[in-house]
Parts: sequence; structure tokens; C-alpha cells
Amino acid sequence: MTPRRLILSTALALAFTVPASAETVAIVGARIETAGPKGALARGTLVITDGRIAAMGADVLPPAGAQVIDGTGKVVTPGLIAASTNLTASEVEGVRATHDDSAGAGLSAGFDISYGVNLASTFVPRARQTGVTLAVVTPAPLQGGEEDDEGEDGQEVLEARHLTAGAGEAGWRDPGLFGGQAAAVRLDEGDPDPVFKSRLAVTLDLLRGGPASSRGTAFVLLHTALADARRFARDPAAFDRDAAASRYGREDLEALVPVVQGRTPLLVRVQRAADIRQVLRFALAEHVHVILEGAQEAWEVAPELAEAGVAVLVDPEDDLPESFDTLGARLDNAARLQAAGVAVVIQGSRDFNNLRQARFNAGTAVAYGLPYEAAIASLTSVPARVFGFGDKAGLLEVGREADVVVWSGDPLETSSWPLAVFIAGKRQPDTSRGLQLRDRYLPQDIAAGTP
Amino acid sequence: MATQEPAPGSSRAVRRPTALDKDLPRPAQRDVNGVAAVVEFRFGAAWAALLLLGACTATGSSGPTAAKSDAAAHKTPLLAGLDPDADLDPFPSTYRPGPSRPAAVVGATILTATGQEIVNGVVVMSGGRIASVGPAGTPTPAGATLIDGRGKWVTPGVIDIHSHMGDYPVPSVPSRSDGNELTDPNTAQVWAEHSVWPQDPAFDRSRAGGVTTLEILPGSGNLFGGRSVVLKNVTATTVGAMKFPGAPYDLKMACGENPKRVYGSKGRAPSTAMGNVAGYRAAWLAAQDYRRKWDEYRAKVGRGVAADPPTRNLQLDTLVGVLKGDIRIQNHCYRADEMATMIDISHEFGFHIAAFHHAVESYKIAPLLKREGICSVMWADWGGFKMESFDSTEANAALVQRVGACTIIHSDDDYIDQHLNQEAAIAMAAGARAGIPVSHADAISWITANPARALGIFKETGSLEPGKAADLVVWSTDPFSVYALAEHVFIDGAQVYDRAHPAQPRSDFELGQPAQGAFTPQGTMP
Repeated sequence: MTPRRLILSTALALAFTVPASAETVAIVGARIETAGPKGALARGTLVITDGRIAAMGADVLPPAGAQVIDGTGKVVTPGLIAASTNLTASEVEGVRATHDDSAGAGLSAGFDISYGVNLASTFVPRARQTGVTLAVVTPAPLQGGEEDDEGEDGQEVLEARHLTAGAGEAGWRDPGLFGGQAAAVRLDEGDPDPVFKSRLAVTLDLLRGGPASSRGTAFVLLHTALADARRFARDPAAFDRDAAASRYGREDLEALVPVVQGRTPLLVRVQRAADIRQVLRFALAEHVHVILEGAQEAWEVAPELAEAGVAVLVDPEDDLPESFDTLGARLDNAARLQAAGVAVVIQGSRDFNNLRQARFNAGTAVAYGLPYEAAIASLTSVPARVFGFGDKAGLLEVGREADVVVWSGDPLETSSWPLAVFIAGKRQPDTSRGLQLRDRYLPQDIAAGTP
Repeated sequence: MATQEPAPGSSRAVRRPTALDKDLPRPAQRDVNGVAAVVEFRFGAAWAALLLLGACTATGSSGPTAAKSDAAAHKTPLLAGLDPDADLDPFPSTYRPGPSRPAAVVGATILTATGQEIVNGVVVMSGGRIASVGPAGTPTPAGATLIDGRGKWVTPGVIDIHSHMGDYPVPSVPSRSDGNELTDPNTAQVWAEHSVWPQDPAFDRSRAGGVTTLEILPGSGNLFGGRSVVLKNVTATTVGAMKFPGAPYDLKMACGENPKRVYGSKGRAPSTAMGNVAGYRAAWLAAQDYRRKWDEYRAKVGRGVAADPPTRNLQLDTLVGVLKGDIRIQNHCYRADEMATMIDISHEFGFHIAAFHHAVESYKIAPLLKREGICSVMWADWGGFKMESFDSTEANAALVQRVGACTIIHSDDDYIDQHLNQEAAIAMAAGARAGIPVSHADAISWITANPARALGIFKETGSLEPGKAADLVVWSTDPFSVYALAEHVFIDGAQVYDRAHPAQPRSDFELGQPAQGAFTPQGTMP
């Protein structure tokens, strides 16, 4: 610790020797992974007051009256960010009536997932129990042209992964390029207004088998769509007089206006290296901001992605040539991208019911060469930066809102779990439906001693 | 006939070179003659394995050695194929162990899957078998290849009891979607091995994850999906060369939502849960009737009375195999109440269910499963993706283990398969969190000894005990750590994966492809 930092921490600690409010919590003596400029503190104290991080450092003392959590042997991280999930927008994958994560026939880019957010989903507590405090809720990938998955009933997991929202069954107004607008959702129990950023990004699906069934169609129509959006932005009234001239409705073009103005990113689902290069060319030509998701062959294009400053969302377990677009998938995709200077966000499963996989995926990425601190950042500060969350989330720093998780051990390890989860400084309930089911069937003698 | 073992030199087993095959010239890898020479070289080990296997199957059930023909008792043997008991193994294994030499892992922490954890231990492999397992100082044979195990861990080879590799290979394309014969709710007559594409690149990734044995099951769209096949995870050009010698056959059954959805949507039975049960019972009745007809026919022939044989029916052959105890039931079933119903059906017709697969609600009826001797084959916590999986809890495995019922962790997925050690670890941590600590020594059985038992191959593999097949994994660290990587994988004493070796086995499919089957050999940046 530098002398200057020491002085600062001491000063802050002194500041908190004044009586603290009932909401003051001090996590004492833990390893603190800040995911920020301070890196990791081997042993320090973090104080939360009035929803914010009030003090953090090796020499910080818990304020008088603070609720103290003994952090000895524990690890503190920022709340994890689930990047691109259907959490809160879908409940049971196999029950279509519970899906609110795709446009249906009505809209394309204009679809706004934030209206479907339901914080009462039973999977929200489950997500918090794997350290997730914030979810980037995105429209389901459009793969309407894929084979009916009914033939793969036996592959329960794959089925769950591949069950895609069914806009296709009602037909498409556009060729199915745009899934709609994503939203960021904070998982604070009981928050009546959990969407803290809507219209976060517009999803663009360039997955093979999608309704735009060939690249030669997809990219041509993509340019047309953006040209229409520009025309609409210049003169909405003129557009209204000649609406039939565009494949897109007013609502869709309204959603694309901030995209063509470079204010809202396109979250592009793309896999093959050649396609990624096309996306980079397209982004440059159209002056749009893109983020890539999937990107199994991105490692082949790593220097170009770094040069263009394009971030990627990857699943580090993705190592199979599952389609002809992912023949180059490999386990060190994340490590290679990070080494080349690309901003890497690690995803788990898209599915709300397996968000815990993200932190284990980060662990797997470490086993395959990703530096540990980069792995922590890939779940926290990097997605916060990529999606533009400002000081709302993603890293631990004095003055920031306190989305904080106290882990029983290394957060990337299979053997650890969250002991305490705070969102905006508020302690979240230590429960979930799965834990309640467990406890109902747990013998009483064991239940009595269960944490 | 199948009862006759093939002559050693005629083996069609084909392997690709691995790190221990450095003496094998690369151009010969697909040369049948070249391979035949290798087979002769290693033929001593192969025979040792076969002899031991013979002992295994004699006490086991079906399989090549159990395929005793009753045809001799007939006055006039039936024409080829007409007698269901004449040849119980028409698609025999041609697997032969790869070349091996004596080797020992010294100084590692060893999880034997017999409840032992040996710190600073020694495992010796010789002739393709485990020669000894013991503490520091256990003698190693002169000339044995020594692997420095310090800081490393050794476990039995991982067994994934629920996979669709080869039947649903990657790339996932309609022309290779061969896992679910969705043309009738009862397809007990189909055999998964006839759908296996041995070049599925997933097998290679799986091996790099420490998986040495896989059960390939038909899908769960039907009440009776068909027969499964147990494979050694070796590279091969035919499925026969992967088939686990002597492994009993299993029959895949499915409870719940899948069959009724598939057939209900076609406007036919079953369309409800009660329709499912009526379908199972009708099939078992037909099987009993078929069995009775054959018994009567054989009795008549035995008395010298002229008799017309029943018409052979492949579907009923499989079901009768279950009723006779030769074929095991692997039953896709999520809900506790449906498992209980399946148990009632098994009592009604007198067969035994080896395992419930997916078994998301096993924790609700763990004592019943213990009493019935039925294994639960589970994910750590995957659930909620449909109504029948909605009641998942990550403490499921620990709650089953706690009552002493058979606990197994499976994948049903080519990705989870590569990280089954992690999947078991997640379930283990959930146990610890619930106040049900499960030791490393016990948890390793979830992915080794217990699936071996459920498959009827435990006498041959699944634990590190002298005399068993040398199917083992050397891990870089504690295998329940997220950071653990399989460094060396052995099957029957032959090293089939070596992470340090740059040339990894790869499927024919991946040759000439952009990334050439790239998956990081070293586990670190090149």
C-alpha cells in the first residue's frame, strides 16, 4: 500500500468513528478483489454506509455501531453481472406462456424487453445465490430457421440451450435481424423499479439458420435498415408519408436511430471469424458501436478486435465445432482475446437457471490461461464498462454504490458460495426456492445446523 | 459365432497415435496392416484383459461369453436369426487395448473410489491392469515409466453414464441427428450403437476431460427409446472397436413430459401421464406373452414334439432381456411421484430399474431409492427448464448420498461431460453448504465407481484396485477444483491423452478444418 493510500484510508476510517447509521456494515479482514484500479487487497476492510462504499482498505477500522462481518478467510468481490441473459424475462423455458424475451410478430428492433421484467421470478434469488446482482436482459437469439428441436428431446441440456424464442412461428415483418432492445436489471429484492437502464443495446443476430438465411442477404438488409433509420431520423414526417418504403415500422426505426447515431451499441450474435470481420467492416462503414456475443472464433481475429476497440462476450467452455460456424471454437478463446488487448466479458449459460456457470466458466478460463484478475474483471468491471453502467456497478471503490458479495472462498472455485450479498448497500435474503426445497427435505437434525 | 473370441491377429481395432506411441510411424496410423502389427505386439496384454473379462461376465449377465446357444437343444436348428437366444451378441466388440508398458505414478494424492484417499501414494500399471496401489514406498517394477505425481492427483477414469455422443454428434446438423427414433412410442428394437458416428469430435474433447467410459443412450422422446451401448473412449473407425467388451446392454425408458408431448402432438397415444403408464404396461404384457410362447415352443421341442417357432420380434427380444435380468433399465425420470410409479410397474412385472436419470426430485424419495437399490443419475443443479425439472435443488446429490443411496453425476451434454469433475464438485459444495459434508474419497465415486456399478462393469473398471483395468486420470491438482486439468489419461494402461504432447488425437472430420480440432493442449497460453 502506498503511503498516500494509507493516509486516505486512515482519514476515511477516522471519519467513520462517528456513530454510524443502522445500515452501516463492515466486512473485516477479507481478501478484497476490487476489480478496479486498486486490484486485490490481500486483507482489508470494506465499510458500507447509506448504500455506498464508505471506506475500503487494509487499515480501515469498522465504525462504532457497524454490523461487523468477519471476513477472515473470505473473499469480497463486486456483485457479478450476468451479461446477456433471459433472467426476469422468462420463467420456465418449456412453458411458452412464461416467455417475454422475444418480439413475436409485432416488432423487431423496437421490441423493448424492459416491459417484461419481473423481479418476482423465482430465479432471481437463485441468481443472487451465485453472486449475481445485475443482469443484462437481452432478447432471445433469433434462430427461427433451425431444425425443430423436438428430435433432440433426450439432450435435455442442449434442448434448454437451443429452445429459442419463437418469433418465427408467427412469421417475420423483417428478416429477423434485430431481436430488440436490451435492459439492465438490478436484482435488489423488492425494488419496484428494478430496471435501471433500458434501451441498453439493440441485439442483432447473424447466426446461421436465422431467418435471414444467408450472409449475402443479412448484410445487405442490414445496411438498408440503417439507411432507413437515418432517413427516418432526418425527417420522421416524410417517413410517415411513405412508410411502405421501409421493411421496418416506425417503432423499429426509432430504436435504430440511437444506433446509427453511435449512442446505443448493437449487441451482435456472431460466431465465425469471417463473419466477425464483416461485422468490423460494417461497423466502421456505418459508424456504429458493436459488442460481440458468442464469438467462438474471435481468437482468430483478436488483433483486429483490439484495434477496433470491440468488446466480446464469450463462454469459455465453448470448445466444440457445434456448427460449421464454430469449427475453430477452443478453450483458450478468452485468454487469447485478453492477451491481445480485447475487453472480454465471460458468460455462463444464457439461461436464467444456470447463471452460476459464469463464475465457474471464469475459473475454467483461468485454467486455460486467463490471468486471475482479468477473470474477476470479466464478470464485473468489464461488463460494467462495456454496457456503460458508470458508478452503478462493477467495481469496488469508495463512493460507489455498494453491490458487494462476500464469498466463503475463491469466488471462481466450485467449493465456494456467497455468504452475504449486498445490492446498493442492502443485504439481500440468503435464500432461494432451491434452498427452501432443500430445507424442506433436509432431516431436522441437519437443518438445525444449516447456515 | 459370437461365442468365439476373434483370433488376436485379426483385430480390426484401429487407434491413432498418442504420446506413448512415439515409435509408431505417423503414416501408418490409418494403415490397417500397420495397425495389425501393433496389435500383435500388444497381444499379450489384450489376452490378459479378455481372460479377466471372462471372469467378469460369467458372474455378470449378458455379453459375448453369456451368449450360450440353446439351438443345440433343438432337433433342427432354426434358420440364422430366427432364434432370439442363438446369438445374443450379433454386433460384437472388436475393441483391443492399445499398446502399453509398465508405468507408475509416484507421489500423487490418490482417490481410489473405494473410499480411500492416499496422500503421497503410488499407482503401478502393468499389462494394461492396475498392478498395485499403495502409500509411498510401494515398489515400482524395474523399467517402468515413472510419472512424477507430486502435487498431482490420480483418480479412476471418469465414467459418463449419460451421453449422446456419436448419436447426436457435432456439428449438429439434421443429417446426423440420429439419437431419437421418434416414429413410435416403443422403439425397444433400436440400438444406439447403430447411430454412433465414431468420428464425432466430441469424443476427443471428452477424453481430454478425463472421460474413459461413456454410455451412449437413445433419446427420451419415446417410452422405450432403445438399447444403449457402453463405449471405451478410444479413437476408432468403427463403433465395434469402441464397444466395452462384456458390458451388459441397457434399455432406455422415459417418464414424463417428453413422450407425451411428442406423441400427443401427433394426435396419438400417449398424450398424458396416464397414457405413458398404459404404454409401459402394454409393452411389458406383450413381452411376457412373447416369452411364454418361446418357452412353450422350447418345451415342445425338448419333448420332441413338432412345433412352429414364434416369429422373432426384435422389440420384444429387448424387453424379454430385461425380464430375464440380462438387460438393465436406465430410466429418464425427473419427478419423485413418477419414479414411484415406475417402481410399482417394475414390481408388477418383476424387473429391476438400475437408475433414474436426471432425477431432479430424487431428494424427495431418497430412502425409497435406497430400499429399492436404484441409482440416481443427476446434474449438480440444472433445472427449471421445464415443469418436471422445476423443483431442482443443488443439494439433490448430497441428500441422496446422505441416506446411502447410489449417487451418480452425469452430463447429457458434450460440454458438461468435459467437466464432470466440476459438476461433481458443485454438488459436493452444495452438500457442505447444507451441512452434509461429502469427502473427496466418497464424491469421486459419483463419476467413477457408482456409474460403473449401474452399468454392470464395476468388476472391470471404476476404481483403482489391483487386477482392474488401468483406466485412470492424472490431474494437475485436486480434481474437484475448477482449475484442475486432466494431464494424462490411460485406458487399459494405454495413454490415450497427454496434455503436454502437442499432437492431440483428432477426428477425421477435423482434418483440413480451419482450426484443426484446436483445444489447448497445455492448458496455458502457447
